[in-house]
Amino acid sequence: MKKENDQGKVDQKYGMVIDLDKCTGCGTCMVACAAENNVSVRPDQSDKERTITWMRLYKITNGKEFPDSEVSYFPRPCMQCDHHPPCVSVCVSTATRLDTHTGIVSQIYTRCIGCRYCQAACPYGVRYFNWWDTYFPKDKGLERYLSPEVSPRMRGVVEKCTFCHHRLMRAKEQAYAEDRREIEEEEYQTACTQACPANAITFGDLNNPEHEVSKLSKHPFAFRLLERLGTEPKVYYLSSRDWVRKLGDNFLPGEYQPVVNKTWANQNWSTKPGRDTFSL
Amino acid sequence: MDSPLLPQGVKRCSTWAFFFWTLPWLALLAWGGLSAFLCLWKGLNQTNMSNVFAFALWIVFDLAVIALGAGAFFTGFLTYIIGKKELKNIINTAVIIGFICYSGAMAMLGIDIGQPIRGWFIFWHANIHSMLVEVSFCITCYLMVLAIEFIPIILENRKLEEIKELRLFGHNLHEIMAVFAATGTFLSFFHQGSLGGMFGVMYARPFAAREGFYIWPWTFFLFVLSAIACGPLFTILCTKLTEFLTRKKLVPDSAIQLLAKISAWLLSLYIVLKIFDYLGWIYGIVPRAGLTFESFFREGPYGMWLVVLEMVFCGILPAIILMVPQGRKNQAWLIFAALLTCTGIVLNRFLFIVVTLAVPVMPFDRFWSYLPTWQEWGIGLAVVGYGFLVFSLAYRYLPVFPKERELNPVPES
Ligand code: SF4
Ligand code: SF4
Repeated sequence: MKKENDQGKVDQKYGMVIDLDKCTGCGTCMVACAAENNVSVRPDQSDKERTITWMRLYKITNGKEFPDSEVSYFPRPCMQCDHHPPCVSVCVSTATRLDTHTGIVSQIYTRCIGCRYCQAACPYGVRYFNWWDTYFPKDKGLERYLSPEVSPRMRGVVEKCTFCHHRLMRAKEQAYAEDRREIEEEEYQTACTQACPANAITFGDLNNPEHEVSKLSKHPFAFRLLERLGTEPKVYYLSSRDWVRKLGDNFLPGEYQPVVNKTWANQNWSTKPGRDTFSL
Repeated sequence: MDSPLLPQGVKRCSTWAFFFWTLPWLALLAWGGLSAFLCLWKGLNQTNMSNVFAFALWIVFDLAVIALGAGAFFTGFLTYIIGKKELKNIINTAVIIGFICYSGAMAMLGIDIGQPIRGWFIFWHANIHSMLVEVSFCITCYLMVLAIEFIPIILENRKLEEIKELRLFGHNLHEIMAVFAATGTFLSFFHQGSLGGMFGVMYARPFAAREGFYIWPWTFFLFVLSAIACGPLFTILCTKLTEFLTRKKLVPDSAIQLLAKISAWLLSLYIVLKIFDYLGWIYGIVPRAGLTFESFFREGPYGMWLVVLEMVFCGILPAIILMVPQGRKNQAWLIFAALLTCTGIVLNRFLFIVVTLAVPVMPFDRFWSYLPTWQEWGIGLAVVGYGFLVFSLAYRYLPVFPKERELNPVPES
């Protein structure tokens, strides 16, 4: 639903469309996200249950034997749930909230008491608790990457993807400096969007019909993760493959409706025409 | 050695025997102290909690002890508000157990959060929509009420009673106890319910999610009901354990039987509603989330047997035993049923916490397992040690059981 602000203008609703047919699983988005947002590392990163990966890449397969086996990579940032985000209403100290003007779910680290109720409530597992003290190895040159725009997090608080919110601030400041009220589509892009070599990620304002995301989100191949739970994620995925779309939600037997309408298959915005005939 | 401090006209073990009795509990406390120190110093990485298991053993313990401690508010309500005079003989025990459970839970919560020094933000930056805020407010206030209810019992100590001002103060507090009982009932009702609500509102977690009316999910009422059913039974269990250890009769049967009877009705009502809850969840919420009942018990050590154990063996069975007058009048059956009920409540809280988070909601996510570390057990068991210690001290030095003298006359020597 488009919300209007005090001046009667439609508010922004920043969102993301990730084309799973284009994603090669290279992991650049993960690295870019970590570097951009001062995500601290640990000497031993093998502890997968406690590492911090705001952008996480899942590898999914169709579970079939060769030669029918297929693999897809599934990048997963915070879904920035639009409707009653599960994490927001539960937070005891109002450390996390949904900004209705931008649609971004933000996190105030210095207000978080680390109760982790938000983690328990989020079904996407995008919230990360700082189990360890922050660590930026000096001799590896990592300290040079530290961005002054993003606050590093202390031990004992929960953190998560913010759609590189600081970049929005930067773009806004630039616009005000140039006496503009609006910011252009390319002025605010997340780090993962910019870094993706396959151009699989598109970012922008879902409420603005001029923005690419807004068009792509209406693509017949578009779906959202666990959509039926009603969290209304602002991250959309595109896939022409039924088995991938099927893995986007828990469908009971006979419930999944394949995208059979082929009328768009030959249009240029169709990612991989014809692939939706893939049988399960 | 400490005989001037002991209540008059009752028999207590020797100081040395008492000292040796406290040693294991002190050891548990020391273990907990070390664990707490490590957690505060090094962080929660001392536990086996993870980003998947954000809530774990401590929250299970918390929810369980708070439910078991519900005997305090409910017995207070029955004694002072409904006017069940026979319960005056067991109200002190209920209050002390309630105090132990609540203060233990608060201490555990202090370690469980990542930034304990910021704990007060719950009150300062309170998010009124969060059920956990309601829980925190009510528990804090209720702990104060429990402390106020505990004070007159402490002031009845033989030595303290000799001080006139304290005696008068304690006496006056006694007179207005109904006010605190009413406040406690109000506060308890809401936080017991909100503890259930905390899980019921997690609508994106289909295992815990429950619908209901208006802002309250069903779990709100189920948690209240289960707490007031098992709380008094836990008080009975503790009394029976004390009677067993001291080889004395401490509470007249009339009080025990009345509590057991009320619990039996409440437990039966709870079990009926819980069955409806399970049915509503299995045929309503679960399929709407695209899952089936079995999908929650497919992976890991969490089998369907947990639900059978919770509902049949620790729910329906004790409810039947307690509902039958012969059943609850028989000591062994009464204790057995009370034990089963308390186990069932702990199991219920375990299911709501650990299993809820263990089951991944995303279809391609994997199952992670969780086993607590010794530090986690240390903190949890320290509450048990603390409970034994406080209760033993109270029993030794305070007239906890008003009928003790009458039921166990000390032979003239
Ligand atoms: S994906 Fe999780 S953390 Fe992000 S807004 Fe939704 S519930 Fe909150
Ligand atoms: S861990 Fe922090 S952000 Fe999450 S609910 Fe608790 S206080 Fe809020």
